[in-house]
Amino acid sequence: MEHVTQHSDPHYDQEASKLGMWLFIFTELLLFGGLFIVYSIYRFLNPEAFQLAGNELNPVIGTINTIILLVSSMTIAMATSSLQKKNKGLTILLLEITIMLALVFLINKYFEWGVKFDHGIWPGSQHLINDMSKGEILFFGLYFVMTGLHALHIIIGMIIIIVALKRVQKGTVHADRPSLLENAGLYWHLVDLIWIFLFPLFYLIH
Amino acid sequence: MQTATHIPHDVNYLDYKGKYKGIFAWIFSTDHKRIALLYMYSMLVMFVFGVVLGLAMKLELIAPGRTIMGPQTYNSVFTVHGVIMIFMIVIPGLPAVFGNFMLPIMIGAKDVAFPKVNLLSWYFYVAGAFLVIASVLFGNGTPDTGWTFYAPYSFKTGTNLLPAIFGAFILGFSSILTGLNFIVTIHRMRAPGMTWFKMPLFPWSLYGTAWIQLLATPVVGITLVLVALERIFGIGVFDPALGGDPVLYQHLFWIYSHPAVYVMILPAMGAISEIIPTFSQKHIFGYKAIIASTLGIAFVGYFVWGHHMFTSGMSGTAQYTFSVLTFLVAIPSAIKVFNWISTMHKGSINPDIPFLWAVTFIFVFMIGGFSGLVLGALATNVYVHDTAFVVAHFHFIVFGGVGFAFFGAIHYWFPKMFGRMYDKAWAKMGWAFFTVGFLTLYSPMFYLGMMGMPRRYYDYLPEFHAANILSSLGSWVMTFGLLIIVINLFRSAKIGAVAEINPWNGKTLEWTVPSPPPVENFDEIPVYGEKDGPYEY
Repeated sequence: MEHVTQHSDPHYDQEASKLGMWLFIFTELLLFGGLFIVYSIYRFLNPEAFQLAGNELNPVIGTINTIILLVSSMTIAMATSSLQKKNKGLTILLLEITIMLALVFLINKYFEWGVKFDHGIWPGSQHLINDMSKGEILFFGLYFVMTGLHALHIIIGMIIIIVALKRVQKGTVHADRPSLLENAGLYWHLVDLIWIFLFPLFYLIH
Repeated sequence: MQTATHIPHDVNYLDYKGKYKGIFAWIFSTDHKRIALLYMYSMLVMFVFGVVLGLAMKLELIAPGRTIMGPQTYNSVFTVHGVIMIFMIVIPGLPAVFGNFMLPIMIGAKDVAFPKVNLLSWYFYVAGAFLVIASVLFGNGTPDTGWTFYAPYSFKTGTNLLPAIFGAFILGFSSILTGLNFIVTIHRMRAPGMTWFKMPLFPWSLYGTAWIQLLATPVVGITLVLVALERIFGIGVFDPALGGDPVLYQHLFWIYSHPAVYVMILPAMGAISEIIPTFSQKHIFGYKAIIASTLGIAFVGYFVWGHHMFTSGMSGTAQYTFSVLTFLVAIPSAIKVFNWISTMHKGSINPDIPFLWAVTFIFVFMIGGFSGLVLGALATNVYVHDTAFVVAHFHFIVFGGVGFAFFGAIHYWFPKMFGRMYDKAWAKMGWAFFTVGFLTLYSPMFYLGMMGMPRRYYDYLPEFHAANILSSLGSWVMTFGLLIIVINLFRSAKIGAVAEINPWNGKTLEWTVPSPPPVENFDEIPVYGEKDGPYEY
């Protein structure tokens, strides 16, 4: 995310850095787009197996995580607007809340995956290969890849938000130079948005 | 970084002493011109590897049966040759070297929009290159899948494939960052008065290229990740034993890798579109048509990937559709050729070195293009699929197209980049040997493919012997030409005659700044008036 952190030179161009971030987000969508294509093709080919396997997932944890991410998107948006209102203390507090929420999401994810592992379900596990149909193997393969890649993006997003937080504390990100925080917010909304699609695809469609 | 305003304008970018000393003045530099040269030198190193591997293959094929290597080694050699040449030479080639160097100057900017990201993308390039080299040096054997990493062999082979896949992934990331940087640069940093339709054609071609880099590369990125995960965990998406479909891999791979062909060729066409008006001393013919065809190629290029898979198993409808769309690409390409030729018409032609490269580019590009139509047609495709014909076709386009354009561009912009002129007699000799060698090397492969010699085999039937000898001889002549070119340029960069600001009487902005350009390119940002344009002769 270097390109949002570099403006120590006199050529500060907020529009450029925002345009760059949007283009980067575009590439992230396409990255997941490849996975969504794979998912839809295999769902089309194995509708029953995908339904069966989908019943294994816990929609309650999924719903809780969805709410957590939506709230975190709200808090980071509020952090951006409180930066504009020059309320540094509130900005820092809201960013800290956002990071905490992201952490809670990951902890939930950890327990959710843990339950799957306890049931002997992980990519390439004997239970999966010997006892389940090919459609179910694909479902769980995609489940781990897509939620795993999403979790990786959560971690990257947290790092960016932490950097933004430090810069706000140091005073190098402020109401007149908000690019880093705004771009961190954009990235975080992207992470949220991808989850909004993952959640129904894996947890809700039956 | 020093702030811009304190850098004196009379210091050129090569002599500038910044905060860092020695090699660090280069590898920590965010100057787009230095980054361009970093790219060029690292590419040269990888290119030497690639050429040596290519020569080894041609030597193996000089006689039937085992000549210098066995089948497994041959498989590894063509794999590594392909990975190096595709991902490290022709895809980044013109954008990363001449795009980085010339784009900001040609649009009247002091640097690209994100100089640090620019440097970061070179770091990624180097990291990717090291990973690919690591896959050769360590582990149980060099990758042997071909540069396409086709499933399911890519997760069945025992060779050390993972570093190569991650290397390709990281190189893709480098390419995305370069593309992103160029788009923002072109949108935000054009000189005052330089409207979109007053922008020179090389930046235009970089703009089309950048969008392809941005839109197509992530797809191959995720595909390579999936292959890697398939290898490590066995997730099943491309493994028929677990319910996956290997043909799906081919689709996802070519959704990127076909547009990538246009990442290679569009900037090459852009460079040719700069050279031809300069050496004809005439306004480019059909400026807007060239832009439209650039964008047209970029757009249609997304929808033709299936023509790599006519024998892989697709519905008839899909095959017809991909075939028709493939023919469509020929139209904008032909428009460009028409425009270049029309620009020369009644121009005052100066047949100097860059112009020689440009016209030979048109010649080999047309041979490559027409043979592409043979491959795009369903019936003939099945006949020559996976034969030496295909190898000849894409070397004419990829090496012929990009290579000739690259050498044209380096001979065109060399005096600007280094402030010295090369020795023209040697340059002409290099061009002659290279061109003769190139044609001798690849033309026989069309014939061999038509006769049925398959690609990617270390051995062949005795009746293919004569044409293969010719082809191998060509590889030596071409390499000799390459040596002349490279040595001449290196020598001239040191001891060549000092070049003028505008040796070719070009009209684009890079010919208005000193040679070599000062660190900040322009003392004052140029302003384009109503009547100004890039090709007003």
